[in-house]
Amino acid sequence: MAKSHVESRTRTLLVAFLVCAVCSVIVSSTSVFLEPRQRANRERDREEKILRIVHGHEGLADLLSGLSGVTLAAHVVDLATGDSADHLDPVSFDPRRAAIDPLLGIALPDNRDPAGIGHRSRFSVVYQVESERRIILVVLPVHGSGYASTMYGYLALGGDLNTVAGLTFFEHGETPGLGGEIEDPDWLESWIGKRVFDEAGKVRIEIVPDVVDLSSSDSIYQVDGLTGATRTCDGVTALLRYWLSDDGFGPYLERVRKSNEEMP
Amino acid sequence: MSTTSIRTLTRPVFEENPIALQMLGVCSALAVTKSLATALTMCIAVTAVLCASNAAISSIRRLIPHSIRLIVQITMIASFVIVVDQVLKAYAWEVSKELSVFVGLIVTNCIVLGRAEAFAMHNPVRASVLDGLGNGLGYSVVLIAVGSVRELFGSGSLLGFVMFPQVSDGGWFMPVALMRSPPSAFFVIAGLIWLLRTVRPAQIEQPEPTSPEPDSRSRPLARKRGEP
Repeated sequence: MAKSHVESRTRTLLVAFLVCAVCSVIVSSTSVFLEPRQRANRERDREEKILRIVHGHEGLADLLSGLSGVTLAAHVVDLATGDSADHLDPVSFDPRRAAIDPLLGIALPDNRDPAGIGHRSRFSVVYQVESERRIILVVLPVHGSGYASTMYGYLALGGDLNTVAGLTFFEHGETPGLGGEIEDPDWLESWIGKRVFDEAGKVRIEIVPDVVDLSSSDSIYQVDGLTGATRTCDGVTALLRYWLSDDGFGPYLERVRKSNEEMP
Repeated sequence: MSTTSIRTLTRPVFEENPIALQMLGVCSALAVTKSLATALTMCIAVTAVLCASNAAISSIRRLIPHSIRLIVQITMIASFVIVVDQVLKAYAWEVSKELSVFVGLIVTNCIVLGRAEAFAMHNPVRASVLDGLGNGLGYSVVLIAVGSVRELFGSGSLLGFVMFPQVSDGGWFMPVALMRSPPSAFFVIAGLIWLLRTVRPAQIEQPEPTSPEPDSRSRPLARKRGEP
């Protein structure tokens, strides 16, 4: 074969094009073919993380497995009013699809969007643990922009709807080793017992840039920052503050607080 | 199998080990060897990519124009890496979460591009696959050794099975915290190289000449050192 023939411009372009075409078919068909399995894995991972939070909370694992009348149930909640939206099925309702749906979602203007999410669903699926008709634990889905991705997680609050019972992230694309440390079990553990609201009802929870000054009275609202992940940490603070505000789960938390107070 | 084939397969394991002699792929060897399970998965992933990319590149080696050969090679390697990454995410979810970006980073592993450029471009498919397999095995031998040492002394277990019961669990073994951090892989690899070069003194490098070699540009890519 003549070398000049292989090296001609047309030939070079043709080979480049064909290699790209074949490779893209291989890559995209693998991705499409394996997507259902990967989605199932992600879903299982998410469920495991919810259960780990719930079971980790003050011996709930034993209570939930026994016949003590303690129940864990998912509910769809209307975020604007805080009421249950029982016409929506918590299993099939998909908040991510709803966020961009003209009827189920709303677009957030820049000045009302501290978590940087653009759109959000008007409804959300929360998990409640009830004991003797009192809600003793709520698990709230939260998400917001970090440094490189949207971070999806769950925040669990105890029966006072103020004390953090757990925090977890089940999906994000933050840099492994830096922002990716939001999955670090020890760091997530340090959230437990922190308060999210002060006495006046203002959202105070935050990640501080360095380490928490334990002598300060604010330390009950503060968590240590992660090294090299300033923007990820700022994103976590912003998303938690957004979802705990009146634009997020505020009305729902208020309703649960009232209904808990009415119970003897 | 002919003697040449066996040589192609076994030469990269000890004589021309990609990590121990050529110092390629060290980056991933540091990152994924905290436990034996992640090291093994990485070995399988790298070996699969090496075999597939060597086979594919060798099969079209006469059609690749010289001017774009590196781009063509890296495009094909990147495609195989994505396929392997997707398969791991579907069938080995837990391990793939631990390996995180390091599967994707196989594309920057110099062993793969090195073998494509130095071997697959000049040899038939069968020999290229054997060369890929051999280099994959050479990489694996080092990773498995490092992974075993680090898991055994860092966590007192192998593949998750307890070998030395830890003090914190009521046993006698005090885990070496250093073994759980990536730099320890440097020490273990250095130890392996020392061992290998004591057994095979021919692998000891000659001191660098003071004046640049006239033919330094024509050295095969796989011989260049200091790449990740």
